[in-house]
Amino acid sequence: MAIVSFTTALKRFFPDLNKKIFPGENVAEVLAEVEKEFPGISEYLLDEQGELRKHINIFLRGELIADRVELSDRVGEQDEVLVFQALSGG
Amino acid sequence: MQKEILLVGSSKGLIVWKHHQGKWDIQDVHFRGFPVSLVYVDERTQTWWAGISHRHWGQKLHFSKDFGKSWDSIPTPTYPKGSEYRKGKPAKLKKIWSLAAGGVNEPEVLWMGTEPGGLFKSVDGGKSFQLVESLWNHPSRMDENQWFGAGRDDPFMHAIIVNPQDSRHIYIAVSCAGIFESKDGGDSWEARNNGLVATYLPNPRAEVGHDPHALEMNPLNPSIIWQQNHCGIFRTTDGGEEWKQLSQQEGIAHYGFALATDEKDPEKAWVIPAISDEERVAHGLSLYVAHTRDGGKNWEALREGLPQEYCFDIVFRHAFTKAGKHMAFGTTNGNLFLSANEGQSWQALHTHLPRIDSVVFTEMG
Repeated sequence: MAIVSFTTALKRFFPDLNKKIFPGENVAEVLAEVEKEFPGISEYLLDEQGELRKHINIFLRGELIADRVELSDRVGEQDEVLVFQALSGG
Repeated sequence: MQKEILLVGSSKGLIVWKHHQGKWDIQDVHFRGFPVSLVYVDERTQTWWAGISHRHWGQKLHFSKDFGKSWDSIPTPTYPKGSEYRKGKPAKLKKIWSLAAGGVNEPEVLWMGTEPGGLFKSVDGGKSFQLVESLWNHPSRMDENQWFGAGRDDPFMHAIIVNPQDSRHIYIAVSCAGIFESKDGGDSWEARNNGLVATYLPNPRAEVGHDPHALEMNPLNPSIIWQQNHCGIFRTTDGGEEWKQLSQQEGIAHYGFALATDEKDPEKAWVIPAISDEERVAHGLSLYVAHTRDGGKNWEALREGLPQEYCFDIVFRHAFTKAGKHMAFGTTNGNLFLSANEGQSWQALHTHLPRIDSVVFTEMG
């Protein structure tokens, strides 16, 4: 279970997206729960192989997650997960 | 009838112009702030398609069936699980480069060209797309000496042409790989690059490894196809069996990306030259459209109404179009020009847009 916050940039596509608790024991499971509530959001965050997109960052307990491929980082009760986009120019 | 809508895909949105009472005005802006990298109109159904290349969120494909009043989207097409772009490298969609409608006898068919090096087909009107395995498995495709990126890391399919007289007859253009032809609806493919030169290769006459920048077929005589290539301007009159070069390095037309051809007269074409691969700016820093009326034997520079001093603009492959007497092009520096007399004179419709990647004429029903 985790408290998940999202970059405001995602609200353009998912206006009802707000900070919320989602169940799950690792990042992949938490994102699967997010997808259930916001169908299609996985396609914004993950590529077609299920890996975190290159310019998306997920922070867990204030640190970048270690596993961007399987999203296997363990999530503890009341952990905070932040879904951000990387900064870009232009 | 003159087409009264001009769709402009830019790096910051899709801008819609409308021609009304002799004047072109902006009617709407869609996808504001997003890079609209693909604009396509399926004239069979009047469906507008817009591809967005998000910096962070991947590729998205949207469509509108009511001239932009409302938009819907389809799940982004994906390469089949386990498919490899190179040995050991999973194929992931990097960009959607092109769309093309199937023939009038197959109203549900749409083709899509992607990076890396994929051709996809929809048989349900664009609701879903599947990779065309026959081309993906072409012996040349996995060879990095034959299919490779040009200005991008990976090869991309930027043009798909379906013969209007035979929907099973298809050409595709890949940078870099070259031109491929299918005569059986995409079941099998053959390279059609004989006569092209690739001056950047150890063997400039290689069968595969060419860099077509833009491709146009004459709809009345589909054996005649024009090509603006990285290494010059070429035309075939026998469906790609043999390409003939129509330009010289020192001529007024040689290097560039944009190409327009006449809908009827197979001898007429227009290109918008840049100096060279090494100097990608307007020739002499003055912008002109080069036009031939005799199949490329002679080229003239059409300059009226275009900036002639310190102009650094070039025009990308999908940012030049013709519909009857009207022509339009948009530049890398956000200048949009229109001609109502087949390029003889031009007017600037706008001079401070974002980078323009595509322009398309269409009509409202």
